[in-house]
Amino acid sequence: MGKTIAEKIFDAHRVDHPEKDIHVIRLDAVFCHEITTPVAVNDLVSRGKDRVFDPNKIKVVIDHVSPAKDSKTAMQGKILRDWARRHKIQDFFDIGRNGICHALFPEKGFVRPGYTVIMGDSHTCTHGAFGAFAAGVGTTDLEVGILKGVCAFRSPSTIKINIAGRLPEGVFAKDVILFIIHHLGVNGATNKILEFTGPVVDAMSMESRMTLCNMAVEAGATSGICNPDMTTVEYLWEFIQNDHADKESALATFKRFHSDPDAPYHQVIEHDVSLIEPMVTFGYKPDQVKPVKEMASTKVDQIYIGSCTNGRIEDLRVAAQVLKGKKISDSVRGIVSPATPKAFRLAMEEGILKTFMDSGFCVTNPTCGACLGMSNGVLAEGEVCASTTNRNFNGRMGKGGMVHLVSPATAAATAIAGFITNSGLYKGSP
Amino acid sequence: MKNFSGNVLFLDRSDINTDEIIPAKYLTEISKQALKPYLLEDINLSGFNPKHDVKEKHVIITRANFGCGSSREHAPWALEANDIHLVIAENFARIFRQNMFNCGMMAVELPGQTIDDIFEEFADKKTHLETDFENNAFIITADGLHQKVSFSISDFDRTLVMTGGWVEDADTKY
Repeated sequence: MGKTIAEKIFDAHRVDHPEKDIHVIRLDAVFCHEITTPVAVNDLVSRGKDRVFDPNKIKVVIDHVSPAKDSKTAMQGKILRDWARRHKIQDFFDIGRNGICHALFPEKGFVRPGYTVIMGDSHTCTHGAFGAFAAGVGTTDLEVGILKGVCAFRSPSTIKINIAGRLPEGVFAKDVILFIIHHLGVNGATNKILEFTGPVVDAMSMESRMTLCNMAVEAGATSGICNPDMTTVEYLWEFIQNDHADKESALATFKRFHSDPDAPYHQVIEHDVSLIEPMVTFGYKPDQVKPVKEMASTKVDQIYIGSCTNGRIEDLRVAAQVLKGKKISDSVRGIVSPATPKAFRLAMEEGILKTFMDSGFCVTNPTCGACLGMSNGVLAEGEVCASTTNRNFNGRMGKGGMVHLVSPATAAATAIAGFITNSGLYKGSP
Repeated sequence: MKNFSGNVLFLDRSDINTDEIIPAKYLTEISKQALKPYLLEDINLSGFNPKHDVKEKHVIITRANFGCGSSREHAPWALEANDIHLVIAENFARIFRQNMFNCGMMAVELPGQTIDDIFEEFADKKTHLETDFENNAFIITADGLHQKVSFSISDFDRTLVMTGGWVEDADTKY
């Protein structure tokens, strides 16, 4: 019997198997941000355990509220900063070099095929796009990860999602994952891993695969995961070229972490996406999804383009193409937050920021901010936002606010129209 | 070991997420106790008033997929700050469930039918639940009604409950 990629990663990292369904695995990377880590740090200090298992495997960023918006968020940043310095953690990204963790750390080459990664953040599943096992955890698991470099998980039972067909023009990874979550339900993949395969995934960029894996948790999944291929190698090449003779040999190494054809799956789901349309959420759950045309004419107050789901350069390019030469409606305000300094700089060099500004968008620095209603675009009671983020929960972007999740193309088209609309204006594929 | 008995708060909805349990704007608090007044502040559940309905309740019984969404351990901490150490549901989001046990608290899954029956019998009554940890049983009582329900948790989770959490255990073992 073959094995899934997740099972192979577990096999290569297992340090203990205390009972049938519990695996304690060794971690290749522990990621930290300023919302969930300071409490872990304070707890470790109070226990007299102010240690780190390996400062080179701990990567730290201040991203959720940046710049700090008040004394409390400033203190969270300070605790994290002091801790990173105290333990000589080299990869610490403070303001000026910071970006949203799940966009920044891949750009830095911190995630490789076959890695195990945890972070005190549910969207850590994003990094599965690289063929890694990457899972969000709470503060206590993070604390143990920092201290010992291990974490306990249940057996990696996998649902395979085979995405067949060809994506229509104007339909993106975001639409695909909303479609998938709609079919699975928000509890449909709880305690499971979602493995994305098939020709549509094979043809996707790493950015699109990250969007796909990013929202796996919205179906309850422990992680999303893609099998590494030449696209993965190309993305990582600048970081791995000294370790491999050429790209083919790098790929051959990474194929150690590939699901076998006879691997056992909890479930296999086939989706042909050739006929799907741009999608949008309604209600307060990410599985409440319908085609954009069925929501058309829903008026919005704010457009938000950014986040760990859709704040990457590919997303900004798509939105800018829709916005080019147009003005956003007088009835809306547009906010774009490039997810990383690199995405910001590229957007600047490519004239994308100018397009956004000419159209009437406000461009902010990289931060999670508005996505979770922390800063930089919180909604007032009764307001409606079309957002490229990942959660439409009640109150998520501000108490009493309503969030409709969409792709960057739909967000841009909605900004121009003032109401939710099918992008239509987008030509080509990302 | 923490207390796992007391008056029951029924939350009759599935998919209650951690943003509802504790909104993100309170994640800037560094102390767990500071979260106490905000438990379930943003819950989308008609007829429920978090200001009054949480008082003197020590056990939550709810439907499926409780604690979905954000990984914030602030959700268990907000419960703990209100002396609620036990949540019973049809199932839990993975991270929330693990966070509960990692804090020495309990998130216990019961079959959907059992949950349905408990709601049917008790949800409209002032209900008390007694946990018999050694014998893996809950004793639920209200208005002369009396029901014993068996539960199971893994040895791994049981150890976390008895030792008060994962940090000391992991530091010794690994």
